[in-house]
Amino acid sequence: MRTRKYVTAAIFAAAIILIAVGIFIGEPDEVRQKAVNICLECIGIG
Amino acid sequence: MIQALATLLSNPHIPNFFTGSIYQGSTKRICVPGLNCYSCPGAAGACPIGSLQAVIGGRTKNVSYYVFGVLLLFGVLFGRLICGFLCPFGFVQDLLHKIRTPKPTIPRRLDQTLRWGKYAALAAVLILPAVLTDAFGIGDPVFCKYICPAGTLQGGIPLLLANESLRSAAGFLFSWKMGILVLVLVGSVLLYRPFCKYLCPLGAFYGLLNHFSAYQMRVDEHACVHCGKCEKACKMGVNVVQNINSAECIRCGLCKEVCPTHAIVSGFGKSKKN
Repeated sequence: MRTRKYVTAAIFAAAIILIAVGIFIGEPDEVRQKAVNICLECIGIG
Repeated sequence: MIQALATLLSNPHIPNFFTGSIYQGSTKRICVPGLNCYSCPGAAGACPIGSLQAVIGGRTKNVSYYVFGVLLLFGVLFGRLICGFLCPFGFVQDLLHKIRTPKPTIPRRLDQTLRWGKYAALAAVLILPAVLTDAFGIGDPVFCKYICPAGTLQGGIPLLLANESLRSAAGFLFSWKMGILVLVLVGSVLLYRPFCKYLCPLGAFYGLLNHFSAYQMRVDEHACVHCGKCEKACKMGVNVVQNINSAECIRCGLCKEVCPTHAIVSGFGKSKKN
């Protein structure tokens, strides 16, 4: 059980670090750029 | 109630359904936890699977930090509790399954084999946009383009209904996706959450983290009388007593409701006691 808690904590830390790195390099803006335009692939136009 | 609220919170921009437009504000930077197409007129946030493919298939890099980190965060906190309570497409399937029809049983071996389909979908999401690129180096969001029924239901149908130009552009791909949507919707009437069990890459990802998530289910072995009611009630086919935090468990809590001795508990910090 202790091992599981350590793994949980490690994954949580990795998640926070990844999010921070992603924000630093501007990935949320890349996400927004895709999300604010109608995704023709998603709606079946291609 | 929670599922309805989550669906509404993920898609609050109702007037856009009538104007045939999509929300373009800053909250579209934020990934919602469930499968919710960002081309849904009502969508306030970004679809995590769509966003992941968009970043991985981008021209400049094939690695996602922010989206992947957000998915890891959701998963390590909640696991598939998100599937059980926060996913709009899971909610749609739950509603359809309430329609009274005969409910056939899939043979166990076939069911077990089909369950691997969602891991194949996850692999496709993570790999294909990086390798199947066009002349400009941009990868296709393969899952969104060829499979995702949520995109067809939430984005395709409302937008095509409201936009004549989009309707005139619809061709074989739209028919293909409508076919998949119809299959999933009809399947949801007959079977419990077939998309979640067999095809959803997001469920597959969260399921991998079920065992490690902060939210845990637990069976009190001293209180359990091995009556089997929990396993009979479980619609995801989980062996509740032996593997309650299985990757297949969507943490709906039905097993808890039927347990006569209240041996099943769930929550944060409810992992197995030493």
